[in-house]
Amino acid sequence: MSQDHLQARLAEAGYIADATLSMALHLALVLGRPLLLEGPAGVGKTEIAKALAEVRATNLIRLQCYEGLDSSHAIYEWNYQRQLLAIRADGADEAALFSEKFLLKRPLLEAISQEVPPVLLIDEIDRADEEFEAYLLEILSDFQITIPELGTIAAKMRPIVILTANGTRDLSDALRRRCLYAYVDYPDRETELAILTKRAPGIEARLARQIVGVVQAMRREDLEKTPGIAEMLDWAAALSGLGVNDLSAAPEQVQGTLVCLLKTAVDRDAIPHEVMARLVGQVA
Amino acid sequence: MQVTRFPARAAGLAERMAGFIAHLRMNGLRLGPGETEVALAALSHVTATDTDEARRALKVLLVPDAEVWRKFDELFDAYWFNAGKTRTRDTPAHVRVQSAKPKLWQSHLDEDGAESGEDGGHSVPDGGDGDAEGTDGRLIATRTDQLRKRDLRELMDEESLRAAERVARDLARAIRDRRSRRRKRARKGRELDMRRVLRASLSRGGEPFDLPRRRRPDRPMRIVALCDVSGSMTVVSRVFLSFLKGLSSVDTTADAYLFHTRLMRITEALRDHDTLRAAGRLSLMAEGFGGGTDIGGSVQAFCDGYAARAVNGRTVVIILSDGYCTGSPEVLAQALARLKRRARRVVWLTPLAGWLEHAPVAAAMQAALPHLDAFLPANTLEALAALEPEFEKL
Repeated sequence: MSQDHLQARLAEAGYIADATLSMALHLALVLGRPLLLEGPAGVGKTEIAKALAEVRATNLIRLQCYEGLDSSHAIYEWNYQRQLLAIRADGADEAALFSEKFLLKRPLLEAISQEVPPVLLIDEIDRADEEFEAYLLEILSDFQITIPELGTIAAKMRPIVILTANGTRDLSDALRRRCLYAYVDYPDRETELAILTKRAPGIEARLARQIVGVVQAMRREDLEKTPGIAEMLDWAAALSGLGVNDLSAAPEQVQGTLVCLLKTAVDRDAIPHEVMARLVGQVA
Repeated sequence: MQVTRFPARAAGLAERMAGFIAHLRMNGLRLGPGETEVALAALSHVTATDTDEARRALKVLLVPDAEVWRKFDELFDAYWFNAGKTRTRDTPAHVRVQSAKPKLWQSHLDEDGAESGEDGGHSVPDGGDGDAEGTDGRLIATRTDQLRKRDLRELMDEESLRAAERVARDLARAIRDRRSRRRKRARKGRELDMRRVLRASLSRGGEPFDLPRRRRPDRPMRIVALCDVSGSMTVVSRVFLSFLKGLSSVDTTADAYLFHTRLMRITEALRDHDTLRAAGRLSLMAEGFGGGTDIGGSVQAFCDGYAARAVNGRTVVIILSDGYCTGSPEVLAQALARLKRRARRVVWLTPLAGWLEHAPVAAAMQAALPHLDAFLPANTLEALAALEPEFEKL
């Protein structure tokens, strides 16, 4: 699949990727290397993996990282309850107990034991602690996992690995070196408009332009939590759900639906009626 | 745009690519020979004759983080399109190393020369009586010259060392990391250790009689201390240094650094069992004691160099300084922000806040505050010991 082809297929799947990002995905596919995506929250890093899975018609396996993530949640765990039951019911011996039947596959093991290469999304890797990062490096280079009772399980097919981070903590150089890198920023006006019309086909062209214009202007305001694409889509859905088709004509509803965009009390206070009227005035 | 005319010997694409990688390396990217190979492989998968496509492919492949992401296009143009930037930056690697070093290790000849006249005259040490000689650091800064080697030896007497060790041990113990990823078996654990339950039950025909438990063990945090020994800190650096000495003899993983206008690692010297020799080594390192301070620059140097090895998510960084600084506050804020992202906690201990109801007025301190997890007063060993409950909260 060529790069342009990939870009077009992603668009079909509802994801508008710019040239650099589709190049990153293309290279990740042909070189078989993990792709590290960084960028502010809400720019659609996670969505990329979903769209890619759809394009490749394969499973998306997601591992959400958090502080204290451990191997029994990320890799595998034995199903102890069933094991106990098996011992009681039919006196299973050790070999039977530690067989695949009693193995609970967690995302990483799941990903390497698929027949069709899945998309493995390791979300917010910077939240996991360094030990886990080091372990991940090992898996990303060999694609095999050792289970003491079973032996080493090597990947049947190499999964397509996508990692996301938004800078909670510095990632190690080793991890960065092993990955391709793309920085995903807030989209420009045209791209965002394309995203909106793709995701909400029913929306009127004028309203779509206004929504994107206001959100773009709002990102330049000094806010604690800058609205991302997901917030923009929520807002659009809320407005069209209320039957608004011109922002300047319905200031009350616009102000009321701002809950979709502004997620902290400080931000809400930062955009009072007057400011909102100014922003809407600029794009009307 | 003018395409770079390569010398005749750099004929093949491979060689030019190697040149490009070297060019990036000189501009601060960490790339190995392996990257050249991968870059060539990547170009075979794209339309390499299309400049933009090649640029994007190399960008995705070679950029490690957001910072480089923003300047990559410029670097690319500089190499492939003779944008004129190569010449100025393109110094051979070994020259760069040499020119980078002196910033950190430049000898302080000027300062030493100026101070040497006053050196011999004073025999009374500047005083460990930690209470106020002045109401702010500036006053003290004029009385700096006496410290030097003599004072450093004095801190090495047995009794104060023992006290320092005790304090250091208590503090080190107070800082525990309570979020280990592994679990260990424990008599009173929160959860059952199912693996062991099962193993034990096998010998009893599958009846789970014994119920071993497990929990997350408390792990000690690694402590990294940066101690300001500039002029304004004269009175209290004794205290802080003995604290560091105590710390490094108690905690084998602790790491200690001194800074004034440059930064140096003193962990090895502090670990020296021969106290006198340790003092001697320290004094040598502390040449240039009592001059100005460049906190921002020192913290930055720490981030650039030692931090990669010394600091991780299980580290508490303690900065011992009064915050009076000749460097720019922005540099300090930036460096601390970087440090904060790497370390678990950043704690700033100041000798000033203990003396009076000291609001951090120094510009550097103002800039630093938002990046600190704690800003605590301490100017004597007793005050340090009293910080234990504060450290427990970290």
